[in-house]
Amino acid sequence: MVQVLESARASRHPYPVKIPRAMSDLLQKVAQSRDVEAFRKLFELYGPRVKSYMMRQGADATTAEDLAQETLLTVWRKAQLYSDEKGSATTWIFTIARNLRIDRLRREVSWQPLPEDRDEEASDGPSPEEEVTERERRDKVRAVLATLPPDQSEVVTLSYVEGLSHSEIAERLGLPLGTVKSRMRLAYQKVKEAVEDIR
Amino acid sequence: MKITHHLDDATLMSCAAGSQPEALAAVVSSHLAVCPRCRAELKQHALIGEALFEGLRPEPVTRDAPVVAFRAGEATADETEACEMPAALHAALNGRFDEVPWRRAAPGVWHYPIPLSSGAKGDLRLLKVAPGTKLPEHGHGGSELTLILDGSYSDEYGTFRRGDVADLGDDAEHRPIADPVHGCICLAASDEKPRFTGMIARLLQPLAGL
Repeated sequence: MVQVLESARASRHPYPVKIPRAMSDLLQKVAQSRDVEAFRKLFELYGPRVKSYMMRQGADATTAEDLAQETLLTVWRKAQLYSDEKGSATTWIFTIARNLRIDRLRREVSWQPLPEDRDEEASDGPSPEEEVTERERRDKVRAVLATLPPDQSEVVTLSYVEGLSHSEIAERLGLPLGTVKSRMRLAYQKVKEAVEDIR
Repeated sequence: MKITHHLDDATLMSCAAGSQPEALAAVVSSHLAVCPRCRAELKQHALIGEALFEGLRPEPVTRDAPVVAFRAGEATADETEACEMPAALHAALNGRFDEVPWRRAAPGVWHYPIPLSSGAKGDLRLLKVAPGTKLPEHGHGGSELTLILDGSYSDEYGTFRRGDVADLGDDAEHRPIADPVHGCICLAASDEKPRFTGMIARLLQPLAGL
């Protein structure tokens, strides 16, 4: 254990790194050396967010906490797959949480696509330049989301955070289905333009 | 497989969010399985979910992290293998269209409802249209998706071939004609059963001569 901790410390970057980068490092340690201490840190960082997400999706506190535990356990089990992924640690953990939510809260398991399992041949991990772009991209997405008009921001949040379908959003807001969809398209176009600017 | 008709951005957003009703998700995942362009687009949609996830106010957890120290050797072997159809659809069809227990709905039109999870809203079914069959003009309700699995059909929006998905707005009206040689087999989903059944009834009424 002590040895594990020391090797973890030794491989730490000598300069202060941004949080997302550190997350990926923790996940790599879990993947490559089954580092229990790194896993505990991941749990501290992501557990409360996954719990919060599950509660927004309609789970009670106990269920949400069970699902947070289960999400992180899946992270532990599947960590090797992460090293072959180009997405950030957050994307990956969010996808696992999302799929688990679909599985448990909706019980509509079999048909849901699992996009994170595809294209995983694209291996080798991100190059340093790609990591910068990745970070830049995330900052851009956050910035764009912050400036969306309230009507667009509302449908995006209802879809991603509350887990409502197009029809459910239309019903909740008393809007025609076409309006819900066009607001989603507009919001996505803005995000897409900002992200493609970086390339 | 050259795919020319893709999923709408709003549909991909709902997919990335994991917020689709099961029936629609079946069609979307079947299209994604064969469409690299929509898979790439889906990754961009996922960035939004990630950003919103990171921005959630953390909810303090009361229990410790799960104990993994004894699980050091645990690894995964249960990864999904790439296949033309998603595994669930493959299982539902037994991999072959000629073994589907088709039910005749009207001259030249057959269908086969695919069971969904208990409690799932919506409707998922296979449709088979004989070569050259012309369907009467009809519209589609709110959330409906149609994926071409075999053969093709043509309408005002173009020709839809294997892998193409018709993700039309709810105001779209069309008059499809099945491929004169191969006919058309498709997977159609609606998020509301009555609406879809209504659509089939409207569609088949003139054919059945009612």
